[in-house]
Amino acid sequence: MDTSALKRPSECAWVIEPTGKMRVPAVIYATESLIRDMDEKVREQITNVATLPGIVKAAYAMPDAHWGYGFPIGGVAAFDAEEGGVVSAGGVGFDVSCGVRTLRTGLRVAEVEAVKERLADALFRAVPAGLGSRGKIHLDDAGMRAMLRGGARWAVEQGFGEPRDLDFVEERGVMAGAVPEEVSPQAIKRQQDEMGTLGSGNHYLEVQRVAEIYDAETAVAFGLAADEVVISIHCGSRGLGHQIGTDYLKQMVIEAASHGIELPDRELACAPIRSPVGESYLGAMRAAINCALANRQVITYLVRQAFVELFPGRDLTLIYDVSHNTCKVERHEVDGRPRELYVHRKGATRAFGPGRADLPPAYGETGQPVIIGGTMGTASHILVGTAAAEGLSFSSSCHGAGRSMSRHEALKRWQGKSLIEGLAGQGILIRTRSYRGAAEEAPGAYKDVDAVAEAADAAGFSRKVAKLTPLICVKG
Amino acid sequence: MSDGSTGARWEHFPHGADIGVRGIAPTKAGAFEQAALAMTAIVADPRNVRDSASLDVACEAPDEELLLVDWLNALVYEMATRRLLFRRFQVELDGTRLRAKAWGEPIDLRRHRPGVEVKGATYTALSLRRQGDEWVAQCVVDV
Repeated sequence: MDTSALKRPSECAWVIEPTGKMRVPAVIYATESLIRDMDEKVREQITNVATLPGIVKAAYAMPDAHWGYGFPIGGVAAFDAEEGGVVSAGGVGFDVSCGVRTLRTGLRVAEVEAVKERLADALFRAVPAGLGSRGKIHLDDAGMRAMLRGGARWAVEQGFGEPRDLDFVEERGVMAGAVPEEVSPQAIKRQQDEMGTLGSGNHYLEVQRVAEIYDAETAVAFGLAADEVVISIHCGSRGLGHQIGTDYLKQMVIEAASHGIELPDRELACAPIRSPVGESYLGAMRAAINCALANRQVITYLVRQAFVELFPGRDLTLIYDVSHNTCKVERHEVDGRPRELYVHRKGATRAFGPGRADLPPAYGETGQPVIIGGTMGTASHILVGTAAAEGLSFSSSCHGAGRSMSRHEALKRWQGKSLIEGLAGQGILIRTRSYRGAAEEAPGAYKDVDAVAEAADAAGFSRKVAKLTPLICVKG
Repeated sequence: MSDGSTGARWEHFPHGADIGVRGIAPTKAGAFEQAALAMTAIVADPRNVRDSASLDVACEAPDEELLLVDWLNALVYEMATRRLLFRRFQVELDGTRLRAKAWGEPIDLRRHRPGVEVKGATYTALSLRRQGDEWVAQCVVDV
């Protein structure tokens, strides 16, 4: 991206002042090297977001931002319903509430290394991954409705986990305000056989080593210790969320003109929060959040089953479960005044700092864990939300490495089989049914996740706590 | 990838995180068919897909570009719920209404070796346009 026309009020903040139809400034958080490599489309898209009705303060792009749909992936924007604010299906995305959940194993790396191949095989058997895989649970219509209302709490009530798991999931495992009746029959049908499946693309299940600790005190609070092993699950609301995105994007595109909304890009499709379609979408999208939370809970159960085969009597406990693609009603202070805002995070993670009432007591004094997922060959990071995040980004941080290369280009450059063999040589076991999928997801097709985590730290909205490196990766 | 006789063909084009599908043919309907074939090719090589099953698809939209997205999303839905892959299509267009037949078979993990799953067709880089003697139908597909 050409930065010559951008203001730079601080080392990691780049500001596009409002021009034309922009209602607020757009702010891109990145180091100089990340912003130079960033797609021009990020500037175009975040500028478009700044034109939407009712947007408050600024539109933000995170250090991992890349070309998305309407919103850049790594985009954050908050809207005030009382000022004609909108909710955008494009601003949430197709994979509603896609996120990462990380579990402690309490094991040392050496204990896992001793059975690594067997553990990889057991996890690959236990968790259906990739296209064409089906879940082990079939839900009828009544079961679907209960799941869409109850989220991870529903899953726990069904026996897929422990009540204490719920303390460490955003929204305590259940998103309020879900309205399953606003979910189309097509979306329900797409999900009935997909509970407990990982999906494909960038989704994964990873066994990771805590490779480095940056903040010893917070690491203790999060239960992270150097050279121990954790397990991370990255997936979302599967077919249900995809279909809800499809259904409402269309409806919002068709109805935009009738609400007097001029869309700079059809993919920015949105509707006033206080409109029938806006309210319907919020009800359906919250149901999709519950679907994603339930899905990660069911997968946790499957992982635990596989895990105890090899480590009888050991337990996996949650560090935290974060969601990336959401619109949530939150209270934020703007110009010294608390306001209730509809915060869209498209490929961005909530990063509540210390003292937020919504956090579990264990993290009340630290702030919430922010999990930045990596790619199968590179690191992931755990950060912690800061008090400053409130003023900088409506308490938001990065979500992942972010692609730097298209799938198209990646397929030309890498071959799945040799890539997997190369990673095995580095001690990283990959289990996948799709060589092609692996090639498209080559670590080299992503930005440097360490640089993204560093920028998320330097920008001030989160602080690095620990770095995780992969030992085993099950890819969809 | 061309079908030889009419010059109808499809291709992929790059998008930051995902992938674009483009169908090119002498007729609009042909361009819709080729765009759908390009979508199959995101998942697997269409040449490895048999046409043992068929189904009918109908959709209607406020304009032709939205109709293209609706058409592709109708196929995404069938692919997801019936676990099908398609290799051949016959599309009839009547203004902003579409009726089609699609031929394919259930996914065979060993034979098709599927790559990523398609989540949905999007309005990004969406266009239906005339290019010389041909029609070009395209959009980005979220995977």
